[in-house]
Amino acid sequence: MLRHLGQRLLTTIPTLVGVVVVTFLLTRILPGDPAAFFAGPTADPAAVEQIRVTLGLDKSLPEQFVAYVGDLLVGDLGVALSTGQPVVAEIAARLPASAELTLFGLILSVAVAVPLGILAAVRQGSWIDHLCRLLTTAGVSLPVFFTGLLFVYVFYFLLGVAPAPLGRIDLFASPPPHVTGFYLIDSLIAGDLETFRASFAQLILPGITLALFALAPIARMTRASMLSVLSSEFIRTARASGLAPGTVIVRYAFRNAMLPVITTLGMVFSFLLGANVLVEKVFAWPGIGSFAVEALIQSDYAPVQGFVLTMAILYVLLNLLIDLLYGLIDPRMRIEG
Amino acid sequence: MSTLLDVKDLTVEFATRRGTVEAVRQVSLKIAKGETVGIVGESGSGKSVTSYAVMRILDRAGRIAAGTVTYGGVDLSAAGERQMREIRGREISMIFQNPRLALNPIRKVGVQLEDVLRTHALAGTDDARDKALDLLRQVRIARPEERYHAYPFELSGGMCQRIVFALALACRPQLLIADEPTTGLDVTTQKAVMDLVVDLTRERGMSTVLITHDLGLAATYCDRVVVMQKGEVVEEAASAAIFKAPAHPYTRKLMRATPRPGIGLRDLLPEAPAGTPTRPPAPAAGDVLLKVEGLVKTYPRQGGNPLARLLGRGGAAPEPFRAVDGLSLEIRRGESLGLVGESGCGKSTTSMMIMRLLDPTAGKITLGGDDIGAIPAKAFARTAHRRRVQMVFQDPTDSLNPRFTAERAIADPILRLEGGLDRDAVRARCESLATQVGLPLDLLDRFPHQLSGGQKARVGIARAIALRPDLVILDEPTAALDVSVQAVVLNLLDDLKAELGMSYLFVSHDLHVVRLLCDRVMVMRAGQVVEEGTAAAVLEDPQAAYTRELIAAIPHPPV
Repeated sequence: MLRHLGQRLLTTIPTLVGVVVVTFLLTRILPGDPAAFFAGPTADPAAVEQIRVTLGLDKSLPEQFVAYVGDLLVGDLGVALSTGQPVVAEIAARLPASAELTLFGLILSVAVAVPLGILAAVRQGSWIDHLCRLLTTAGVSLPVFFTGLLFVYVFYFLLGVAPAPLGRIDLFASPPPHVTGFYLIDSLIAGDLETFRASFAQLILPGITLALFALAPIARMTRASMLSVLSSEFIRTARASGLAPGTVIVRYAFRNAMLPVITTLGMVFSFLLGANVLVEKVFAWPGIGSFAVEALIQSDYAPVQGFVLTMAILYVLLNLLIDLLYGLIDPRMRIEG
Repeated sequence: MSTLLDVKDLTVEFATRRGTVEAVRQVSLKIAKGETVGIVGESGSGKSVTSYAVMRILDRAGRIAAGTVTYGGVDLSAAGERQMREIRGREISMIFQNPRLALNPIRKVGVQLEDVLRTHALAGTDDARDKALDLLRQVRIARPEERYHAYPFELSGGMCQRIVFALALACRPQLLIADEPTTGLDVTTQKAVMDLVVDLTRERGMSTVLITHDLGLAATYCDRVVVMQKGEVVEEAASAAIFKAPAHPYTRKLMRATPRPGIGLRDLLPEAPAGTPTRPPAPAAGDVLLKVEGLVKTYPRQGGNPLARLLGRGGAAPEPFRAVDGLSLEIRRGESLGLVGESGCGKSTTSMMIMRLLDPTAGKITLGGDDIGAIPAKAFARTAHRRRVQMVFQDPTDSLNPRFTAERAIADPILRLEGGLDRDAVRARCESLATQVGLPLDLLDRFPHQLSGGQKARVGIARAIALRPDLVILDEPTAALDVSVQAVVLNLLDDLKAELGMSYLFVSHDLHVVRLLCDRVMVMRAGQVVEEGTAAAVLEDPQAAYTRELIAAIPHPPV
């Protein structure tokens, strides 16, 4: 098992090298001059040139690339020009915020989508099947910023039950001591229920917004996959042996139907992680997505490269995790792996 | 004997897009305690649907429209789902066709046995494992402790069927319904599985319903036979009587179509009208068309660590698996050679290499003097030799593109390898080919799903002979067909051979079928030829012990 893990990890190296090269080149061909931006609108050409030399942007592309890789190897992703902070520190501060939001949304949507998909498949054509169809259609067709704004309008502005959509925690509360970076977990570790409640309250609306969006692919895949498994021959054997419906549906059918669902989960997760910029914007969430977009607009190379690289690594790790899960669920995959 | 199961006027309907269809009409049958009854019929006869209705495991679209199913005094057609769950497995159990698919692919077989035992409260947490092991022993699975932890994909087809059988026996039911339990298994495996089923059910005084399309199997193992056609019971009698004096024309037709010793190809067809010419004498075989010498195909064995091997560590690579091991054969012009063996013997690998879809590891393949074995399989389709060797595939459905009409399918080789023909010329060619294979011309515009199995087989044959090949490889072309259709297709193939002067390489697991169509037979085992000779000689006076075993394992009606 460990050797398999090692081999699988080795195969991710070429992917990562490719990502490093591509992000480097992509950021260089973006329009805009970071030196001019950094120098400000009043700077004269000499000052801009000065800054260009300081940033190393006067060197040739290969030279810049070598310097970039050299920094990368010692864990230096450069400095974000817009904030003056090292990119590593920025990402380390913001990634947990995005991850917490995404994971929360994902868990929420799995908790709803999977049972919904199973029920819709088992009672095909019943009201629950129609409900499933309605929810999934609504989930994909309503843009997240719209549902987000709608929730804010209804629950904060009209009803006043939700806190102001201003980040991860109440402006007047202080974040819990940093352990994992996830406020929910950190506050529990610190035993601070008040902070837990405050951060949970902040998380609910953006979490549901994301969950609603992620619901559609997961519920649909669960339903389709369950339907095909339920019509297979071993289900007929299980029924002919008199096994209880619960056993047949959960232990026999669902475990077999899980593989495509997990694949979908992986895709949805990585998609949400990068693409929840809109939710982060609506709820003033200090996440990594909004940070990257700001940097991109300002032609700030280092954060953009850092962001893409972080995402790539996360994605690779996620796929690794999914592959390992496959092996756990389906013994046939272990042989081939 | 007292009646165990009493089915009265059972009618089963299926809701389809074109309205309701009656799959079973007014079927009545009785099963006595301890009796073995065969339900025989071709596809679409409603024999499986009847059994699913008894178990109440019909698809969502199906429902019992009329009639009663009484089991031990209980009307199953009106029983609640909870009551049916008690009965399934506990009172009536089933074994299915395609045992590998009938088992949960990702659950250990031992645990699947435990599931059934626990459901019916015949085992608790502490003794479930022992009872499951005991069941594995009863169905004569070697090394049960090890096999307990196996997944279905790690076991052979015969072994999987034993597991399915163990599942069915787990709760000591009174009635076993076996739905085509050995279709797709090798004859020797079939015999082993059927003998086991008969032994264990007799031992326990169980009743058995054997659903099969194989008259020979029903005759060998059943006390009584019920013949079904198009959803209705057409004849019912003791098996000894029914085969001696079949009363219904359909039964007679089935009987005739079943390949058996001592008959010719024409005998398979329904009573021929007087004056039908008998089979023309086979033209004398000409010069050697295909010569295969020392053919070898090896595959690297599974397992081992590829990375370690790449780095030169981890010891020597395991000895490669020899799928075909030094095979030599010759086919003359106009001759047909049968290649017989059980699954895994290398017969299909051999045919794929001769077809030039697969590159041999060693050996020489010469076709009419040209060394075609030297041409890589990838490039073979672009050579002029491609049209000289064509193939008819095993599954008539899967070997047709579902989006091609019959005409487009037949025209495929013409368009790809000939070219330069206008649309009318291609249509004319297809029509003449369709006439040749007996496919009605109005079917040419249909898609595969609109054709019957026999019609699809004809399309496949027309496609194979479209370019007038010298050699046609027939890879179990009738294995997926009903016997009556098989009889017609075999005769068609024989006629075409005589008419076009082609040679056949007929790959099959069924010695009786091979004997009917082939001049010579080769019996293969583990990649090697164990016996070779004229078809009559090999069947009537087999020399190798393995051939004798194969012949003995084929069940046939006592005619």
